[in-house]
Amino acid sequence: MADGTDISRRHFVQVSAAAGGLMLSFSVAGKARADGTNAPVLNAYVTIAPDNVVTLVAKNPEIGQGIKTSLPMIIAEELDVDWAQVRIQQADSKPAVYGLQFAGGSMATPMNWDQLRKVGATARALIVAAAAANWKVPASECTTASGVVHHKASKRSATYGSLAAQAATLPAPDPKSIVLKDPKAYKIIGKSKPQVDTAAIVRGKPLFGIDVVVPGMLYATFEKAPVFGAGVASADLDAALAVKGVRKAFLVGGGPELNGLLPGVAVVADSWWQARQGRNKLNIKWQDHPTAQQSSSGFAAQADALSKGAPLRTERLDGDVAAGFTGATSTVEAAYAYPFIAHAPLEPQNCTAHFHDGKMEIWAPTQYPDAGRQLVAKTLGLKPADITIHMTRCGGGFGRRLANDYMVEAAWIAKETGSPVKLLWTREDDLRHDFYRPAGWHYLKGAVDKSGKISAWHDHFVTLGTAGKPASSAGMATTEFPARFVENFKYDLSVIECGIPTGPLRAPGSNALAFVVQSFIDELAHSAGIDPVTFRLNLLGDQVFVGTAGKDGYDGHRMKGVLELVAAKSGWGKTKLGPRQGMGVAFHFSHLGYFAEVVQAHVSEAGDVTVEKVWVAADVGRQIINPTGALNQVQGAVIDGLSAALGQKISIEGGAVVERNFNTYPLLRMKSAPMVEVHWNITDNAPTGLGEPALPPVLPALCNAIFAATGKRLRSLPISKDQLKV
Amino acid sequence: MTYSLNVDGKVRQADVEPGTPLLWALRDSLGILGPKFGCGIGSCGACTVHIDGVPVRSCATPVEKVGAGKVTTIEAIGDTAIGKKVQAAWTELDVAQCGYCQPGQIMSATALLTKTPKPTDADIDAAMSGNICRCATYTRIRAAIKLASGQKSGV
Repeated sequence: MADGTDISRRHFVQVSAAAGGLMLSFSVAGKARADGTNAPVLNAYVTIAPDNVVTLVAKNPEIGQGIKTSLPMIIAEELDVDWAQVRIQQADSKPAVYGLQFAGGSMATPMNWDQLRKVGATARALIVAAAAANWKVPASECTTASGVVHHKASKRSATYGSLAAQAATLPAPDPKSIVLKDPKAYKIIGKSKPQVDTAAIVRGKPLFGIDVVVPGMLYATFEKAPVFGAGVASADLDAALAVKGVRKAFLVGGGPELNGLLPGVAVVADSWWQARQGRNKLNIKWQDHPTAQQSSSGFAAQADALSKGAPLRTERLDGDVAAGFTGATSTVEAAYAYPFIAHAPLEPQNCTAHFHDGKMEIWAPTQYPDAGRQLVAKTLGLKPADITIHMTRCGGGFGRRLANDYMVEAAWIAKETGSPVKLLWTREDDLRHDFYRPAGWHYLKGAVDKSGKISAWHDHFVTLGTAGKPASSAGMATTEFPARFVENFKYDLSVIECGIPTGPLRAPGSNALAFVVQSFIDELAHSAGIDPVTFRLNLLGDQVFVGTAGKDGYDGHRMKGVLELVAAKSGWGKTKLGPRQGMGVAFHFSHLGYFAEVVQAHVSEAGDVTVEKVWVAADVGRQIINPTGALNQVQGAVIDGLSAALGQKISIEGGAVVERNFNTYPLLRMKSAPMVEVHWNITDNAPTGLGEPALPPVLPALCNAIFAATGKRLRSLPISKDQLKV
Repeated sequence: MTYSLNVDGKVRQADVEPGTPLLWALRDSLGILGPKFGCGIGSCGACTVHIDGVPVRSCATPVEKVGAGKVTTIEAIGDTAIGKKVQAAWTELDVAQCGYCQPGQIMSATALLTKTPKPTDADIDAAMSGNICRCATYTRIRAAIKLASGQKSGV
């Protein structure tokens, strides 16, 4: 029916996240003729060809979190088609059509769960309406299954493909008439589906930003100052131009914003290796910059000095902290510290750009393409509408590609060069020009009363920032646990001036705060002679829910659920352990997920830590959308957390990063990866994301296990052998 | 200068300067994009290819050292019986997250199974610890190697 039929109008479901929900507004989007290569479009996400192949759009950036598979699964379920008939098409960045498109905050599932179910169900309703009209029967008598509409009474059936062209001409159904499936009837959601790109990945097909090839493309490198933000004093451009294959070498003025286009020198050549050889000849001299006075050791010394005086300000004060200490049976005082760390996604930053006819076309591995578009528009003086962004698969993200510094660099270089250009960073560029997880310092005092509960908690948090304001991802919410669970509670804050760029890294804030909070809780438990699991259950107490749902809410009951589950599954308190072997527990709530984890570790007399096993109990609501992907995320996040705890540290000296590559910034490898056993605690709550919340608890669980094994309390990261050898 | 390279069963001409790493001859000169760039110092394994069946880090192998060696990349490893099994196991267990390191992981795993058809955990640790997976899919990589070798695996 669709073949050869003229369709005078195409209907698009336009999605706007502005109102926090789905807005369906069908618009006329020009004329299109349906034929074999131009199948009927039911809405911006759903296209169904006459042969019943269903093409679904994956709206968000794929960074390894599996979203290119799991979001279309949601649409396919409500559309009521077989997964085998589905093909996936990666969306370009089109916020007017798809709303927010980004990979961050583990927000894709909570933000799209309702919307995409409605997208699928609405498309299904259009198909059913077309069938009902043809058969002159009420739509309510029609059923669907596997991409076919049935009318049982008259024994008629029709494929979606045969109805799609007609369905696309029908008016949009009333959103209130859309009925979503009973989850008990799910055939796709909740069933493991391999990633849609798996076949291409295992064959090495070009999927990533680095693999983009545009006809006539040149290759670029860009060198920036080791000291963040310093300008170029001089560079030997002629020496670079003398290298074979080098076409252009030029200064980029840039600006002072660390998350914008920075000053530097670009070299453009026929191949990337030639560009890099040219870069080696530049002999760049950099201007002086005040950040050169800053260093990791300097920050630590300032933190220590600040801890001895009054804080900049008190962020939260509950009850009477002094009285909480007075009546205590045990008190503990401890200083905790964590370093800067880098994201180091395995695919180095890259972007391909082509400026032609006043318009910019960009291919980029980015977690937040529209933010990149705004940055490019502002920096190059272009209209956002004149910038097209194609989203490639990202070779990892971890929050790094929420910043689009490499995109604006590529766009600038491409405009200056006049040809399509692929900019590629070296690993050294990546480690030295990140937006780092900020370092931080916590000076803690706590007390336990005779009932075994924490009677006072005082944290003087010294963080990095500017003019008294914490830098990106360097803050701590006033509701951060154990706030609201301890009656006498004080959180003081001081801020050190910092010129090092910082930003969100997988489970931002939480990836450091869980280490501090859950380690110190462990110290308090041991000081009071109470089992660490029991002590935590007491701390959570009987509070079912504190705060406001959807904002700062914390469900103590859900946390108790995962804590009790992980204790049971790990054999907590029942496992016979050998010498220098221990188990540690921790929990953390972040990104709407409740996670409790137990680590079993062994520490050799030489101080080598072996993580033997990790148990995870997770509560992310009532529905795991893609179980195989979910398990992979949790296991990966846990090992990522162990990697940070056991080896990662970015050191600043003279305002620049010391570490250069994986030989000095070690990532955890196969031989150190433990078995990670995951248990889901299914609760009747809305489904939430999994990219991040499994990571934070594993760091303190490991440190607590090491304490159990050795009696040594680790208060700074990363864990070093020297701290643990006998 | 032009180098004659035997890559994936075909002799091809790469026009690159001496000292150019094999990785960049493959990617930028020959358009073979399967091997990935991760570190440039042979530390992460994303660029792993085989030369005469031996896994090497192409980012740290100058093109002139290849000589008449037969280079096999991820794009042709599926033509070998073991490579095909490894790719099938990777697919069955849905190993990848971002997938960027997996071409290198598969090349190292195929070399391991060619030499050691039934590897122990210690064999796997030794053969695979030169390949970083930043997403940390190590549990599944281990399981997929066991599966491809016909041994019991659990994820």
